[in-house]
Amino acid sequence: MASVLQKCSVLCRSLPASAAVKAFSRSTAPCASSLQTKDFHSGAAVYSQQLATVGASSKYGGRYTVTMIPGDGIGPELMAHVKDVFRYAGVPVDFEEVQITSQEGDDVAIENAITAIKRNGVALKGGLKTLHLDPSFGVSRNVAVRVRLDLFANVLRCKTFPGLPSRHGDIDIVIIRENTEGEYTSLEHENVPGVVESYKIITAKNSERIARYAFEYAQRHGRKKVTAVHKANIMKMGDGLFLECCKKMSEEFPNIEYESMIIDNCSMQMVSRPQQFDVMVMPNLYGNIISNIGAGLVGGPGLVPGENIGQEYAVFETATRNTGKSIAGQNVANPTAMLLASALMLEHLGLDKYASLIENAVYKALADNKIRTPDLGGQHSTVDMVQTVVKEVEAQAAKL
Amino acid sequence: MASVLQKCSVLCRSLPASAAVKAFSRSTAPCASSLQTKDFHSGAAVGASSKYGGRYTVTMIPGDGIGPELMAHVKDVFRYAGVPVDFEEVQITSQEGDDVAIENAITAIKRNGVALKGNIETPHDMSQALFKSRNVEVRVRLDLFANVLRCKTFPGLPSRHGDIDIVIIRENTEGEYTSLEHENVPGVVESYKIITAKNSERIARYAFEYAQRHGRKKVTAVHKANIMKMGDGLFLECCKKMSEEFPNIEYESMIIDNCSMQMVSRPQQFDVMVMPNLYGNIISNIGAGLVGGPGLVPGENIGQEYAVFETATRNTGKSIAGQNVANPTAMLLASALMLEHLGLDKYASLIENAVYKALADNKIRTPDLGGQHSTVDMVQTVVKEVEAQAAKL
Repeated sequence: MASVLQKCSVLCRSLPASAAVKAFSRSTAPCASSLQTKDFHSGAAVYSQQLATVGASSKYGGRYTVTMIPGDGIGPELMAHVKDVFRYAGVPVDFEEVQITSQEGDDVAIENAITAIKRNGVALKGGLKTLHLDPSFGVSRNVAVRVRLDLFANVLRCKTFPGLPSRHGDIDIVIIRENTEGEYTSLEHENVPGVVESYKIITAKNSERIARYAFEYAQRHGRKKVTAVHKANIMKMGDGLFLECCKKMSEEFPNIEYESMIIDNCSMQMVSRPQQFDVMVMPNLYGNIISNIGAGLVGGPGLVPGENIGQEYAVFETATRNTGKSIAGQNVANPTAMLLASALMLEHLGLDKYASLIENAVYKALADNKIRTPDLGGQHSTVDMVQTVVKEVEAQAAKL
Repeated sequence: MASVLQKCSVLCRSLPASAAVKAFSRSTAPCASSLQTKDFHSGAAVGASSKYGGRYTVTMIPGDGIGPELMAHVKDVFRYAGVPVDFEEVQITSQEGDDVAIENAITAIKRNGVALKGNIETPHDMSQALFKSRNVEVRVRLDLFANVLRCKTFPGLPSRHGDIDIVIIRENTEGEYTSLEHENVPGVVESYKIITAKNSERIARYAFEYAQRHGRKKVTAVHKANIMKMGDGLFLECCKKMSEEFPNIEYESMIIDNCSMQMVSRPQQFDVMVMPNLYGNIISNIGAGLVGGPGLVPGENIGQEYAVFETATRNTGKSIAGQNVANPTAMLLASALMLEHLGLDKYASLIENAVYKALADNKIRTPDLGGQHSTVDMVQTVVKEVEAQAAKL
């Protein structure tokens, strides 16, 4: 992996180049790795006490530049609302917008987007629609962004929203999903007509990396338990390797409880008793499913934000990555997820005060003002929610 | 596929040998098939069954964990109900070197045509990487291509969601369960997921025929074709094409992640669902969790010639084995489904109604339902009711 470029004078930090992972024999030490212990997550200062960011970020004259990819569907309107809220809050962030759409021939646009994110280090992103009925449409563009930038961890926090009624109370689950391999490699072929073989790739390197991330996250945030989700009774080598890496990593963190659970039992437990889960770590597809179950349990796709974290870059988006094509432009989308994602982004940049400002305003709008967009069963519009948040933000920003 | 053997004089029916599915090119007619329309589902007894002197013989595989005790209870209930079924027990366990046992079991099921099965544990310790799941082997060898479970809200049993009535039809032989894995480079494992047009078309046809036969209105195909464009794309194509043969049944498709979220927010929207193997595994468990848990829902594995009945979520229940706390509902309802498949509808209803009554009226709650009753409490309640009603049969 290439070493990280320094972008700004104030936030100068030198990160050691991650050493290459040597090939090793699986029979002896499957998950030995020479990756150094790194603190990837937002909000944790690595080398300097007052600095709270890792990876690259663009800062000049006290203002940050962040790449913004509006995407399809409800993306553009939500991004406009994010900019509004930032303006009223006085957030020192400028957005560099890059348009990628789901139209064909947009390879140049993807390259530009990826270069822009590399330059700025941080991005806020809407969902890009994948035309799965069109055989000439290539790989999903969302996947391309994640893989090219090596955003290996997808983190979402499913927490019961105060004041928002739901069937289950007291949910507080952190889902950490491997974000680059597994079933999402798009390696498929049809050697015999009518017989398609799809590859699912599990590597020791990525499994170890995501396991380490999960345990470090748990430790840093004072979480008690990590649950590894797998299907190793059927995919004995693939998920077996993932499970082994998690087990080995758990031995390095003896104060954190470790358990493993098969994906089918886990799905059932999620719908009967989600309160038992704390931090969960899993390969890509199971993460996709469990994330959606978790988001559905706390209130739906309009509420939960997600982060894609890499060693050098971070991209923030809604947790369930919907484009919301059917409700685009109708002023009914729930802006909560995108607003909370932007708050997570501010936390990542070290702008904690602004992050809390926006988060608290959003929670207040849901709990006290009881703004309910149609996805929450109400009649309010997107603009109702945004204006409520803006009013609160304006009032509180004066005190900052 | 081999032709079906006739076993009994009364239930003599001749089934045409299913024609071989010809290879075809995907670009022209992806899902053309020469499989004949068959009524696979229970209630219209097809395939082999052993009947002699008015009594059926059914293979019983107790399995591991709570399997043996539940099977014993099933036999009890059958005895009190006077069900004309004899069980031929075959032991398979999760011990190594049991290949002979598997062969015997499969032969026994082929001979009898119908089986009641507990779950056989599969160790997921990597040192036993060559140990393939025995449950999968039974399903694949007998070509039990459809796994059907009905997630229906139990009357009288409180749950978070009401009015759920979903039939989940899951492809049961291919997909992620082929156990084809290899490690060409140390530390990099490639697992194959296989989707074939033949099996996709077969399961889609089964799903639509099921919907039609049972008066269901909608079939939802679940997939992840935005990521696995060729594999799940093929599956989706076969479902779409099949839907055109059944114009009176509504058809829709949904991506697995959105589907999972819809299942936990609004499961009432679903009617019949059809999907490949792994998604079926997950959605089945979500569905079972929504109506009350793994102890309640029965499942059937249907093939063209054989049928194997078990609990829907296929748990061994190792941690509660031998403690008299397991919920026998799922296994009892599975045995009732089996009786329906054999054509013994009266006995099937007898047992089903007794089970529902025990849950709704007598309010028997085993620990998995949050109560204190034991397995034996539930079984005895069912037996009492069955005895009372059997006299009127």
